[in-house]
Amino acid sequence: MFNDIFHFLVFPGLLFVATVGGILAWADRKITAMVQFRKGPPSLQPFYDFLKLLLVKETILPAKGSKITFLMVPVFSLFGATIAGVLILLPSLNIQTGFSGDLIVIFYLLAIPSLAYMVGAMASGNPLASVGASREMKLIMSYELTFFLVLSGIILKADMSIGINDVMHAQSQSGAFIGSLSGVILFLVAIFCLQAKLGLVPFDMAEAETEINHGPFIEYSGSAYALIKLTKYIMLFILPAFIAALFMGGLHWQGIDILWSILKILAVVVLLTLIRNTNPRVKIHQAMRFFFIWMNLFAVIAIILGMFGI
Amino acid sequence: MGKRTIIPIGPYHPLLEEPELFKLYCDGEIVKDIKWETGYNHRGIEKLSESKTFDQVFFLVERVCGICSTSHPFAFANCLEEIANVEVPNRAKYIRSIIGELERIHSHLLWLGLAGHFLGYNTVFMWAWKYREPILDLFEMITGNRNSYAMFKLGGVRRDIPNQLIPEIQKHLDNFIPKLDLLTGAVMDDPVIHARTKGVGVLTKQDSIDFAAVGPTARASGVDIDVRRDDPYAAYPLVNWKVITAEAGDVFAKTEVRLLEMYEAVSIIKQCLEGLKKEKEGETEVIVKNVPAGMGTGRAEAPRGEVFHFMITDGGYSPVRHKIRAPSYVNIATFKKSCVGQTISDATITLAAVDPCYCCTERMAVAYDYYDHKPILSGIDLIKCSQQKTDDIRRKLL
Repeated sequence: MFNDIFHFLVFPGLLFVATVGGILAWADRKITAMVQFRKGPPSLQPFYDFLKLLLVKETILPAKGSKITFLMVPVFSLFGATIAGVLILLPSLNIQTGFSGDLIVIFYLLAIPSLAYMVGAMASGNPLASVGASREMKLIMSYELTFFLVLSGIILKADMSIGINDVMHAQSQSGAFIGSLSGVILFLVAIFCLQAKLGLVPFDMAEAETEINHGPFIEYSGSAYALIKLTKYIMLFILPAFIAALFMGGLHWQGIDILWSILKILAVVVLLTLIRNTNPRVKIHQAMRFFFIWMNLFAVIAIILGMFGI
Repeated sequence: MGKRTIIPIGPYHPLLEEPELFKLYCDGEIVKDIKWETGYNHRGIEKLSESKTFDQVFFLVERVCGICSTSHPFAFANCLEEIANVEVPNRAKYIRSIIGELERIHSHLLWLGLAGHFLGYNTVFMWAWKYREPILDLFEMITGNRNSYAMFKLGGVRRDIPNQLIPEIQKHLDNFIPKLDLLTGAVMDDPVIHARTKGVGVLTKQDSIDFAAVGPTARASGVDIDVRRDDPYAAYPLVNWKVITAEAGDVFAKTEVRLLEMYEAVSIIKQCLEGLKKEKEGETEVIVKNVPAGMGTGRAEAPRGEVFHFMITDGGYSPVRHKIRAPSYVNIATFKKSCVGQTISDATITLAAVDPCYCCTERMAVAYDYYDHKPILSGIDLIKCSQQKTDDIRRKLL
């Protein structure tokens, strides 16, 4: 019992994922600044942002919204992301999670933050937020199927095992999945899904600062917004970690492998950042067409290739 | 008619630099109708102008808009010179055109960056503004100011461009062309930008004529108008250049027109510099003793379109009536045609595509000795101080 609470709150739970997520958020902003000939923020800036919002700024509640739902949303999204993070990171620390189907559970847990943002936007009663929520809903509907197809491909390649542990084990025996053609295709599809899940350009239409003023988050302020920011930091760590575990031979935390694990996650984050800095935002129906037709098609092709062992 | 939601864009919104309220009446994501409210920024400049002398009005109208801060003095000078019946020396004409075209380049680059920002493409935003910086340096070198240049006066210009500066200006322009090529390539060849801008916010030729659109907004719809050619002023009849038009009328065509206009502007400046070499140095103005009673109009092609000034004088030192029409005011009306039926994402970039302008001001500074009231720093010293300060800021940032 005590162990579980420790795992959830400290390592590899809330404290750890939030800290690493903050550092990665800084890396994202620093790389963006370098691409754009700017200087970029100091290394602790994401933590300053978070602490200022949490401790200093006033939390303003919408007068015409549903206040309890509105305030529960950041808590839900934070817990969803943290539990997903714990389940992703525990297998790489050689700690048994007690059940073998954690891939499916993680898939559902990773969807919680996006769903929560949607509920929060609806609860705030702001027209711009509701436009954002409707876009978020359409976006979830389009990328979740693709993401599930990617996971199916992984499960197929790992001989029908649905645990992260087994997937990593299969990779240590037959080489990382990204080494095969079907693995590369699945990896690229997964990167675009990540881009949409994280709400980065070109799939940031739900937030779209210059169109609808950060959509779902427009009414959030103070500590409620601090928790949302923290969720975003965490997602920026655990999603690349998830992809690294599934495609790049897994994460290991002994000896020299620690360095490799960090490099793998960093490589995924750099890739995401570069995509976000070299594209304009697409429209929601363009994004839906992109996922429904092209990404699903590629995922299915990859699965078929995977069946033949290519 | 179903239920409609009002999506407010403004008065304070990341899309707009100046306060303006656009109400999008939406059914889902589709914009069904649009209404707008202007007047948040009314400063009473026309009334203010009646209480100033002609020399002061030049500085006043420069502050109508911070980005096209030369086009208003340009139109005002044309207007005043029509009433006073003054022929400006050729050297002053060339200098006026150089300033006007440099301003076009910096304004179009600024718009390009902002358009990138509105599409979520912040890299284009930062790059375009980085390449705009040398143009502002050029302004600093020629006029002493990076914005609000204070170059125009009745009968000529306030400062000469010394012939020894010409090679350096040419060098700056030559360095600028490859950067412009890079930006043009980045924007014109990007498939995602095509997907976002082609066929978006189409303003047909007929609509453009009906709403009396001006400048790049009209030229992108195939309306071949340009005050520089249709009502020649300054040095534009003396150099070779062509009016850029496009047919499509969408956001992409507006981008294309602006990008190609920058190349034309560079070519005009280069020809003007050649013309400058032939004129005698220092002949930059004719002295005008008084402005007779009368009525006059002045037009100038600002980066955003035609600027129109109308004035009545009574032989005194100030205008009796001064009327200004800025290009954004007419172009904004075209939203009624171009935004309705689009999605919200398309409507926002369409709103930005006519380049509604915003205001930023800087002041002229002269250093006097406190006791004997003599100027202690010459113009060149002040420019050096200014450049020194710019360099210090830049060094601090890097």
